[in-house]
Amino acid sequence: MSIKMTREELAASINYKFPKTNWMDTPVVFKKGTYNNAAVPDSITYVNQPNPRKWQPYEDDWKLPENWQTIILEGLRERLHKFRSLKLFMDICVRCGACADKCHFYLGSGDPKNMPVLRAELLRAVYRKDFTTAGKLMGKIAGARELTFDVLKEWFYYFYQCTQCRRCSVFCPYGIDTAEITFIARELMNLIGVNIDWVMTPVANSHRTGNHLGIQPHGFVDSIEFAVDDLEEITGIRVQAPINKKGAEVLFVTPSADYFGEPHYYTLLGYLALFHEVGLDYTWSTYASEGGNFGSFVSHELMKVLNAKIYAEAKRLKVKWIIGGECGHMWRVLHQYMDTLNGPADFLETPVSPITGTKFEHARSTKMIHITEFTADLIRHNKIKLDPSRNDHWHATFHDSCNPARAIGLFEEPRYILKHVLNKFTEMPDNTIREQTFCCGSGAGLGTEENFEMRMRGGFPRANAAKYVNEKYGVNVVACICAIDKATLVPLFNYWVPGLEVAGVHEFVGNALVMKGEKPRELDMRQQPLHGKEEESKNV
Amino acid sequence: MGLLFSIFTFIILLAIAFIGAYVEGLHYLFGIVLPYIAFAVFIIGIVVRIIKWAQSPVPFRITTTCGQQRSLDFIKQNKIDNPFTGLQTFIRMFFEIILFRSLFRNTKAGIKENKLTYGANKWLWLFSIVFHYSFLIIVLRHFRFFTEPVPSFVPFIQEIDGFFQIGLPIIYLTTIGITVGLLYLLARRIFDNQVRYISLASDYLPLFLILSIAITGILMRHFFKVDLTPVKQLTLSILSFQPILPADVNPIFYIHLFFVCTLLIYFPMSKLVHMPGIFLSPTRNLANNNRAKRHINPWNSDFKMHYHTYEEYEDEFREVMRDVGLPLEKEEKNVD
Ligand code: HEM
Ligand code: SF4
Ligand code: SF4
Repeated sequence: MSIKMTREELAASINYKFPKTNWMDTPVVFKKGTYNNAAVPDSITYVNQPNPRKWQPYEDDWKLPENWQTIILEGLRERLHKFRSLKLFMDICVRCGACADKCHFYLGSGDPKNMPVLRAELLRAVYRKDFTTAGKLMGKIAGARELTFDVLKEWFYYFYQCTQCRRCSVFCPYGIDTAEITFIARELMNLIGVNIDWVMTPVANSHRTGNHLGIQPHGFVDSIEFAVDDLEEITGIRVQAPINKKGAEVLFVTPSADYFGEPHYYTLLGYLALFHEVGLDYTWSTYASEGGNFGSFVSHELMKVLNAKIYAEAKRLKVKWIIGGECGHMWRVLHQYMDTLNGPADFLETPVSPITGTKFEHARSTKMIHITEFTADLIRHNKIKLDPSRNDHWHATFHDSCNPARAIGLFEEPRYILKHVLNKFTEMPDNTIREQTFCCGSGAGLGTEENFEMRMRGGFPRANAAKYVNEKYGVNVVACICAIDKATLVPLFNYWVPGLEVAGVHEFVGNALVMKGEKPRELDMRQQPLHGKEEESKNV
Repeated sequence: MGLLFSIFTFIILLAIAFIGAYVEGLHYLFGIVLPYIAFAVFIIGIVVRIIKWAQSPVPFRITTTCGQQRSLDFIKQNKIDNPFTGLQTFIRMFFEIILFRSLFRNTKAGIKENKLTYGANKWLWLFSIVFHYSFLIIVLRHFRFFTEPVPSFVPFIQEIDGFFQIGLPIIYLTTIGITVGLLYLLARRIFDNQVRYISLASDYLPLFLILSIAITGILMRHFFKVDLTPVKQLTLSILSFQPILPADVNPIFYIHLFFVCTLLIYFPMSKLVHMPGIFLSPTRNLANNNRAKRHINPWNSDFKMHYHTYEEYEDEFREVMRDVGLPLEKEEKNVD
């Protein structure tokens, strides 16, 4: 891990004092470990975005187009006309400060410009300068400032220090959503080619191969076959995993990390086991092999084109409806954007569980349900047999991922499942879960090696709450329903709470699921000996 | 710096107010012309502002959900914090506007021995409520100056507001409320490091303005014991568009009126537009029924970028797909 500070040193370095200088006069310092690399030209070119070139944020020359200010200001004007949210949020903030200490980046860095209100002021100040009379006439005293290169640097630094988690929006008396402001600010910067590689390269990959990791069809098939083998090893059952199968009832879409990352992979095994056990007629797709959508971290247009594949594939394969796997921002896009951007999905049918007969009325328009909705319904109707004691080696807590929490309100479905597949479950403190949940600190494209210190800072509040239940109650695993969480909470806890593990909800389902004809389970989805079994063998 | 500038602006305003109040020849300007202008600016300004906001569409339904969604029938939906229907959304908005529900969630974070703590922090909510409601009730009470006969809600409010019958003339609860509320909000801006750091001149100015309106009001009622008959003559004449300037109006009234006019003029171009704005906030005033009801973006067709189709994808990967036995839409022609 690329960080020299110990966790004690890092924690001790956090304080909430304020600099002597006004925030407008405090220039940004690009400190190693706290920002992301610029996008490589190839990726930008592949998706036809402006100004592909080699550059890095710490350099003095960003190789911007001559008229970059005009481009941004014109872009801002256009977006003010297109987004009421933006226009309103520019005008109505009273700077009451209720949002200030709600951001995990502020709590972990103490940097005042990570207070959502100041993050938004970075854009608002430019708005005032060019779009309000007071700002034009009085400048700085009216809170206005010109869009200079230094201001752009601040934009880049701080709008890529926001994970678009929307925690601030919960507390704001007007619901001002700094994530929306960040989204639009990133979109503006994208107009002049100021963006980061861990957003643009996955976008380009996803555009071409269908998934962020750039896995080609044969690679996808290999991974799934590999998983089928592993599952057979564990359960003795060889499951079917149809790929690109026409006429299946359901299309299943999940983030690509599920079939390539760890601990995601164990969740994938859980899906496979579950779908087999209930006999779901479904298919995977290599073309729509990504539920995640990094386009949503940089531009509405890129979000749209990446998302378009899901409905297109559902149509081509003539499925009836769609299930989406465990992922956070993917579900924000599916829930709040997909239907508007790429609907109507009138070629699909309202999802009906073929096992329980439940009609998922709340998804009657998008025709897409969340895997935890599907599974919770199965459990409710006693359609699957579960042995929660197979998870007795785990004492779990649940980390609400930002987007399912604050963009859907998906709180009870995963908890309902967890309580049926696990015996030991303890919640983290109230101020850190459900709608008040803290981000992993690495979402929205910020989960890179080079940004490691800032990730550890941003994830500090989450880690802190997890540490609390870890020490007090012996919680040893954090369950979640997000691929980015699974990727980034692991190093986060390694740093702050060593020994604490991370797992997807359907990993526990996979463990607990009693499958017809299975062999006695010795191993869990991680192919580690099941608790109890281990003791037994010692006692013999 | 913002604070100093605000104080400076305020002093200038105060000076103008005094000139207007004590130079008799200016009374027509300050007592009649200015109120007309102020009222016109206020109304037109707000209407224009709302129209401008409303002209921008709401392309996406970006509700911030703060409770359990409606999904499966055995899971209880939180109908207020995660509304699914129009009525539920209305109730959510009602609580936002009437009770400042989101502000009520406020906490204060701290760090102690490397551990984060979150304390309840309802003070801002409390004083904010006290201030706003006092303001509202005071405005309503003022209808006794604007109407003849006075509508019955006015004495009713007056009675409740003066319930404790302290002092003579009776000191209204809202008089204390608005003063205390404003002083808290101001003190917080000046002495709380966090709030001071984010404050602009335009954050202090409204507080100064409203505070000076309150103070001049208190002076008139409790110290100068201003005769209200000519004041009411003036307001009624203004409202009937036949303005006459009564002779014996106390100068302090002109100061009070001047600040009111300034506030009205300042309102549409300041952060005070949060009042109409809150009604339009898309994270609060939209139902979270995204998957049940399609939201239309009027400019969706502006997105011109072409998505990578399955056909293009298969064209690129056909060979490897065939090798692993994936079904193909189009077999290559020259397969050997
Ligand atoms: C629908 C009506 C209104 C609602 C829901 C509302 C709500 C709020 C809320 C929640 C705050 C933030 C908390 C605070 O700082 O006090 C606030 C601040 C403020 N409001 Fe209102 N408000 C409304 C109308 C008004 C009106 C009519 C005025 C007076 C002209 C006003 C003056 C202020 C001022 C001056 C502040 C800033 C206080 C500060 O600087 O700390 N509000 N309002
Ligand atoms: S809580 Fe809302 S109104 Fe208050 S400072 Fe933050 S964004 Fe502005
Ligand atoms: S959206 Fe999240 S990361 Fe961004 S400012 Fe708000 S609280 Fe911070």
